[in-house]
Amino acid sequence: MNLYTAPSTKDRKKTEDEKRPAAPPPHEPLYEAQKKIFPKEIKGRFRRFKWLVMLITLGIYYLTPWIRWDRGPFAPDQAVLVDLANRRFYFFMIEIWPQEFFFVAGLLVMAGFGLFLVTSAVGRAWCGYACPQTVWVDLFLSVERFIEGDRNARMKLDAAPWSAQKLAKRTVKHAAWLFIAVATGGAWIFYFADAPSLAFDFVTGHAAFVAYSTVAILTATTYVLGGLMREQVCIYMCPWPRIQGAMLDDNSLVVTYNDWRGEPRGKSSKKAVAEERAVGDCVDCNACVAVCPMGIDIRDGQQFECITCSLCIDACDNVMDKLGRERGLIAYATLNEYQSNMALATDGGRSSINPNRVRKVDGSFVDQIRHFDWKILLRLRTLLYMGVWSAVGLALLVALLSRDRLEINVLHDRNPQFVLESDGSIRNGYTVRLLNMIPERRTVFLSLQGLPGAEMKIPEISTDYADRVFAIPLDPDQATPLKVFVTLPKAAVGDPREGFNFILEDRASGETDVYHANFNTPGASK
Amino acid sequence: MADKHIDDISGVETTGHEWDGIRELNNPLPRWWLWTFYATIVWALAYTVVYPAWPMLTSATKGLWGYSSRAELSAELSAAKTAKGDMLQKIAATPVKDILADPQLTKFATAAGAAAFKVNCVQCHGSGAAGGAGYPNLNDDDWLWGGNIEQIHQTISHGIRFQDDPETRTSEMPAFGDILKPDEIKQVAAYVVSLTDKPHNAALVEPGKQLFADNCASCHGQDAKGNREFGAPNLADAIWLKVKGEEQIVAQIRQPKHGVMPGWNARLGDATVKQLAVYIHSLGGGE
Repeated sequence: MNLYTAPSTKDRKKTEDEKRPAAPPPHEPLYEAQKKIFPKEIKGRFRRFKWLVMLITLGIYYLTPWIRWDRGPFAPDQAVLVDLANRRFYFFMIEIWPQEFFFVAGLLVMAGFGLFLVTSAVGRAWCGYACPQTVWVDLFLSVERFIEGDRNARMKLDAAPWSAQKLAKRTVKHAAWLFIAVATGGAWIFYFADAPSLAFDFVTGHAAFVAYSTVAILTATTYVLGGLMREQVCIYMCPWPRIQGAMLDDNSLVVTYNDWRGEPRGKSSKKAVAEERAVGDCVDCNACVAVCPMGIDIRDGQQFECITCSLCIDACDNVMDKLGRERGLIAYATLNEYQSNMALATDGGRSSINPNRVRKVDGSFVDQIRHFDWKILLRLRTLLYMGVWSAVGLALLVALLSRDRLEINVLHDRNPQFVLESDGSIRNGYTVRLLNMIPERRTVFLSLQGLPGAEMKIPEISTDYADRVFAIPLDPDQATPLKVFVTLPKAAVGDPREGFNFILEDRASGETDVYHANFNTPGASK
Repeated sequence: MADKHIDDISGVETTGHEWDGIRELNNPLPRWWLWTFYATIVWALAYTVVYPAWPMLTSATKGLWGYSSRAELSAELSAAKTAKGDMLQKIAATPVKDILADPQLTKFATAAGAAAFKVNCVQCHGSGAAGGAGYPNLNDDDWLWGGNIEQIHQTISHGIRFQDDPETRTSEMPAFGDILKPDEIKQVAAYVVSLTDKPHNAALVEPGKQLFADNCASCHGQDAKGNREFGAPNLADAIWLKVKGEEQIVAQIRQPKHGVMPGWNARLGDATVKQLAVYIHSLGGGE
């Protein structure tokens, strides 16, 4: 729908189609075929920016798994690795255990608020530049353009009957697309296993079935979504275009056709001058429509199909440059600016658009024209998003820097709750898990604090009751489960439940962790 | 539905439904969506042909692939059995004492023993192996017939007072009601109570001590600490298997109760019995 320039129902002239009786033609199909779109190549600053973003995002995606990062002999040397089998996630110097998954949840919260922030400030920048769908469609389109030629050549080829040349071009195009799709699906699996060895296994046919099926599925989705469905994904499948309607406000930047200086459109300004008619800047050259990858006309106003890729801005700017007119007939603008300029051009809505109201005699714009003010980016709403975003980020950073790499978890035996020994002493059992979360061997000390008189036994370390301290060797990057028995002599048995602490310490590094446990007894013997 | 309603702005026909003045445009669906819908229908039909689906009078269609979840389960069970085969053979071939020397075997045997215990032993000994009146607690350090791994293994294999097994552990405390006078039994009971520092009648203890030495010490020992040879319990410790208090001690002396445990070797096989022994030994009282 056209939110900006749609005329009210009353003013609107009925089109020829609508003057006919309301019944639809009998042959109108119930289901709509995909409209073919042949976006034209364009050069310009936004196009350059899009190439840059594509280079960076695709570079990150394809190359990251191949970056090495030395973690010593007990951990993988891949910089970014999701090790599902061992339940570890490695990201450069950070290693995450399953119970630390909240870091990932926190990053998702940040991504959400980041998206809100970007959308409220600069509209659907995510859709236009960084969304994988956009980036891959852009890549597939440039391949198509390279093989089949630009817009007109492709339209001609599409309309032409099948010939050897057409078959050859189409075959090469789909082969190239499939190659990209396989590379895309193939890159994904390298995040989940050692990339070089998996690549070797994959090529020699020794990789796991799930690797092949994952590549097959992602190849299919990349090929179908990026090559065949393209804009259909954005229009029909993605929820974000719908959500953006709620995310944008009067001060959000959106790609806007400034009809206050463009209308009335006209190709022949000489004729108009002769007739003493006012003429807008839009020469109706259709360049903005030809370059649009979504197949829409931005001059119809803001619409949910528009992913704000800004290629129409480049197209229009090129035309304006050639005509010697000021750039920005199509530009990023906020609704506030637009409405203020529109009011100027229409005399507050009292007349139709008259470009002469916004121009001086020499053709330059009058001073009242509002231009984009960078300060609008820093308004309460964006500052709030920024605040939440940085607060979550700061909290994650603090949590990351202060997290434990040595932990103790204790499970108190519940059945039986306590055991009476023949000398009248009371024994409790605990399953203790010692988490050594660094990829190095180390010896730690487990000791009791409180519960005077009690002794500890760890059958896996020693068969005797020892003192109240045990030295325990821990394997690198492992959780070590131990059965621990604590015995309280008869004379010391008091309350039915007594608290005490298990203290775990690495005396070399100074790390400690404490678990407050309970000791169950039947109560003091009478 | 006779009147078609065309939306003014878009020129698109509406569905004819109206909610508070809002009408829904009847835009055509994209064609790929329609084909996807057809594909799911074809998929569903093919599924009912390939997999069991259509209900018949007594059963259901078997499906071309002959899949059944029961067959899948038995395949998984036999796969699990095969996977465990090596370890089970190793355990069967290893003397029970040597299993404890091998951490890997111990880990496996403890886990498998815990599972076997839950099926076969919890009915008497309880799910936590804490026993109950007449059924020994297997967590503590008080053992009637010995608490090292081989003695535990022997007990589980052949049982206690289990008539079907000639190698079973057997002992019988005589019914002293026929041998001692009621007063004498009271004196012995008072002596036994005095051994654990419980309140007792001092006048009865002295003669009781003499009677104990004459009648009981041959099995329970001069110091009343029991004798594992005969499964005679330690009477001087804190743990009482069958009785609580002096009256019950008197009853037990007069007409003793004897527990029976079946031998499990014939039923479960030696490998499982070894695993059970390792598990019991790991509970904290193992010697």
